[in-house]
Amino acid sequence: MTAEQVWAAFEAIPDPEIPVVSLVDLGVIRSVDVHDGHVHVEFTPTFLGCPALEVMRRALEETVRGLGAEPEVEVVNDDSWGTDKITPAGREKLRSAGFAPPAPRLVQLQAQVHRCPYCGSTETRLENLFGPTPCRSLRYCESCRQPFEQFKTI
Amino acid sequence: MNELLLGLADDELVVGWRDSEWTGIAPMLEEDVAFSSIAQNEIGHARAVYELLTDDADALAFDRTPDEYRCAPLVELHLPDWAHTIARRWLYEVADEIRITALMETVPVAAKINREEAYHRMHAEMWRERLRDEPRFRDAVQELWPYALGVLEPAQRAALAARVGLDEVAAVERGVHDASFAALHDEMTIVRRSAPAGAQW
Repeated sequence: MTAEQVWAAFEAIPDPEIPVVSLVDLGVIRSVDVHDGHVHVEFTPTFLGCPALEVMRRALEETVRGLGAEPEVEVVNDDSWGTDKITPAGREKLRSAGFAPPAPRLVQLQAQVHRCPYCGSTETRLENLFGPTPCRSLRYCESCRQPFEQFKTI
Repeated sequence: MNELLLGLADDELVVGWRDSEWTGIAPMLEEDVAFSSIAQNEIGHARAVYELLTDDADALAFDRTPDEYRCAPLVELHLPDWAHTIARRWLYEVADEIRITALMETVPVAAKINREEAYHRMHAEMWRERLRDEPRFRDAVQELWPYALGVLEPAQRAALAARVGLDEVAAVERGVHDASFAALHDEMTIVRRSAPAGAQW
């Protein structure tokens, strides 16, 4: 078995809360190392308060077992995950599902611009900093009059 | 250092628990969502810090006797009033930022927590701006101020006073729990105490 095969299998694991993106799209898998029938995975959680973290970890383990190897999932609670780790493909999948993808961290800190995922307008207003999960805010588009969820930049 | 981290984790657990008391009964739906989300996040932070100290975060979080908890009285207070609740949220987040950013060099998870706390701070500042001239809110800030100082080590308190714009006074220190903590501890630990041995979640 090769690391490429493991990565390909991980691409099929949906995020438990936002299933349009995979764990690979989310950028939470930092490394995959295959050795002697064992697969060592470094997993960097998204938001620490996210109830989906356990589900993600178990899905990684089950996927490795499904490939016939023994999983070693190491949870790395350092500061290496931020929303800039979401892949370009992942950002596009979020947008097409009606979730405004997080702005790049540098851009967000300088310009508070939030674009509507439906019509592209920047005429949007904050409805609530918090939404259905810790990673999302609620906004409203003044142009197309559509409420939408904004993935928070962290 | 471990004592400091335990205090931090206990603060996050207990403030999360107190914030969650607004779930379902906040003055508006947006705040119902916000307080629930903040509470969930604070408890997630508590867990991440407990995991630096132990392999079994649940045991550390819920198997201690009340006098073994290191939380600051600020987070323990039962505050069934919105002005006091917002005053605590604001004071706690300002103090927590000073504490967390000081830990970022040595404790990697502190930097991760700090990223997420940015949204708690925005929420707290938004409410503070809205209520700053309301007498009820100002009185609540004054009342909770000695408690807020007790969140931080003495060396960090001058920074908090400068940020909040109040003079340092005698702090309500960690070590003696608020009278309401016994009932809170009882409630926090009941699921753990009632679960049959070996129960899986």
